Amino acid sequence: MGESTSADLQAQKKAVLELAVRNHPGVMTHVCGLFARRAFNVEGILCMPVGDGGESRIWLLVHDDERLSQMTLQAEKLEDVLSVRRHGADHAVFERLEAFFQ
Amino acid sequence: MEMTGAQLLVRLLEAQGVDTIAGIPGGAALPLYDALASAGTIRHVLARHEQGAGFIAQGIARASGKAAVCMSSSGPGATNLVTAIADAKLDSIPLVCITGQVPLPMIGTDAFQEVDTYGLSIPVTKHNYLVRDAEALPQVIDDAFRIAQSGRPGPVWVDIPKDVQLQRIRVGALPAPSSLDTPPEVDGEALLRAAQMINSAERPILYLGGGVIASGASHLAVTLAEQAGLPTTMTLMALGAMPIDHPLSVGMLGMHGARYTNYVLQESDLLICVGARFDDRAIGKASEFCPDAKIIHIDIDASEIHKIRFAHVGIQGDVAAVLERLLPHVQVQLRKKWLSRVSGLRAAHPLQMPALDDPRSHYGLVSAVAACLDDDAIITTDVGQHQMWVAQAYPFRRPRQWLTSGGLGTMGFGLPAAIGAALAEPKRKVVCFSGDGSLQMNIQEMATAADEGVDVKIILMNNQSLGLVHQQQDMFYGKRIFAADYKRQTDFVRIAEGFGLAAVDLDRSAHPRALLAEAISSKGPTLIHCSIDVNQKVFPMVPPGAANIEMIGG
Ligand SMILES: Cc1ncc(C[n+]2csc(CCOP(=O)(O)OP(=O)(O)O)c2C)c(N)n1
Repeated sequence: MGESTSADLQAQKKAVLELAVRNHPGVMTHVCGLFARRAFNVEGILCMPVGDGGESRIWLLVHDDERLSQMTLQAEKLEDVLSVRRHGADHAVFERLEAFFQ
Repeated sequence: MEMTGAQLLVRLLEAQGVDTIAGIPGGAALPLYDALASAGTIRHVLARHEQGAGFIAQGIARASGKAAVCMSSSGPGATNLVTAIADAKLDSIPLVCITGQVPLPMIGTDAFQEVDTYGLSIPVTKHNYLVRDAEALPQVIDDAFRIAQSGRPGPVWVDIPKDVQLQRIRVGALPAPSSLDTPPEVDGEALLRAAQMINSAERPILYLGGGVIASGASHLAVTLAEQAGLPTTMTLMALGAMPIDHPLSVGMLGMHGARYTNYVLQESDLLICVGARFDDRAIGKASEFCPDAKIIHIDIDASEIHKIRFAHVGIQGDVAAVLERLLPHVQVQLRKKWLSRVSGLRAAHPLQMPALDDPRSHYGLVSAVAACLDDDAIITTDVGQHQMWVAQAYPFRRPRQWLTSGGLGTMGFGLPAAIGAALAEPKRKVVCFSGDGSLQMNIQEMATAADEGVDVKIILMNNQSLGLVHQQQDMFYGKRIFAADYKRQTDFVRIAEGFGLAAVDLDRSAHPRALLAEAISSKGPTLIHCSIDVNQKVFPMVPPGAANIEMIGG
């Protein structure tokens, strides 16, 4: 999804979104497409099935700008998105992954 | 009982109450068509282009308020549908679009007529499916109709591979279709605050959008306006929600609204937005729209509230349900001072409709057509100057009387949508106002109109030009008219006759009014041709990007 091109963008405030979704082929495209279409940068993305595989959890690392609440509302409208929770950028999920990106 | 996926699909559509499908067959949809043929329960309207089929379905849905179905084969059939589906998405029209797809094992192999229909349809639909197993069809079709018609309506696309259509499965009794999703609970506290704001406002305005039509809330909106003494403006999509000659109506707002309408909005201290979405063509420069107004925003779609303008009170809910609960808290007010100010602005800056008496002029033709019809008629348009002239000059008085492509602004909408409306409402006269540019985008559907014998009258306002483009080049691009005027005159009367329509030409008539009346009162598809001066403009006009009060002309 869009790359951050400038240092300013890197310095921007971030947030982590946690989406519970129905697990089927296509749901990632729906979620990623929504952000791309509305020209909203996604910095990091992580998706794994949970439980018996009927649901997945998607973690998104995004910029916390004034459009984020609109993006959250749009994501909630997707039929296969069951819930959206917003966390601070300090959420452990992406921090723990940093080791894999050294 | 054992049956194929295709036969099951037909049963499921019947159970949903579908009686008409518009479409075009092709290889990957042949099992579906075979099942339709052998069931013989659903009328199939054979369009001449899949976009036409999509807009015929839209006409059915817009006229009836219920989800309508269009169908095509894979590949080019599916891509041809995209424009009509995108149009339905932007105007929140309930559709279920069913396409054939190459067999599952061939997906991803660049097979003949394979396109990624699922991927293509994501951005233009409310939801979409690729059915991988016929066993899933009952759930998918039930969900598709429920989603298309629940909450904010929209199109749902169901892509069905050919082997799934042919898959034999055992089917028991089919469950009854699900009811629609329950709308969200209305926030009672916000409702009271809204009522209090309406009661204490001095210069309130009611701003109605297409959501009022979709929710069947027109009568409630009119009651609210009458109870609280609210001057009421409508978006392009809401025309008909309040009769245009109602004393509280201030007409359509925005880019081609009357001057007084935009001036009234400018002075308001409270804007009550109901089922509208602050579209840029309606509100102009967002930051300068209703600068002194507090905003109450009522909408079924939570993401619309605060999207463009901050709402002091936002109420998510079905518009009809919210209005019903709001009404008991709203005081009866005469609002003499504000309403007399509104009357003053109306008298000083009314909509100018030059040459209204000449049935061969732009406004005059619209008015002459209206004089031949009653409020039962359905009016569709294409996109361009003619669309705006009709929006300004036609006396719309009931919801679903007016069908136009608002959000996507798709040339080619008018004729197929009119055919669909006539199929859904066979007792009503359907009139399509078109331009010579737009008509040629789906002119092949004249053949469909002739096949079906629908009572559709095409009023062709022929300026031998892409008139709205001509107007913008004339006004904003130094009069450099480029790629707008057509070099040759096309003989539309002969073309229509060739397709099997009756056709009359007002240009050649000594008694155009009488000829018009006769052509409209006749039964069956008819083209009514009239030349229009290419230099006529749609006025007033808010230049793109400007505030609504910076109108030119009119
Ligand atoms: C499919 C499509 N292509 C292009 C446009 C851009 N466009 C808007 S109005 C217009 C001209 C319409 O001409 P016509 O149908 O003859 O109507 P008129 O403006 O002359 O009344 C064009 C090209 C559009 N709205 N839709």
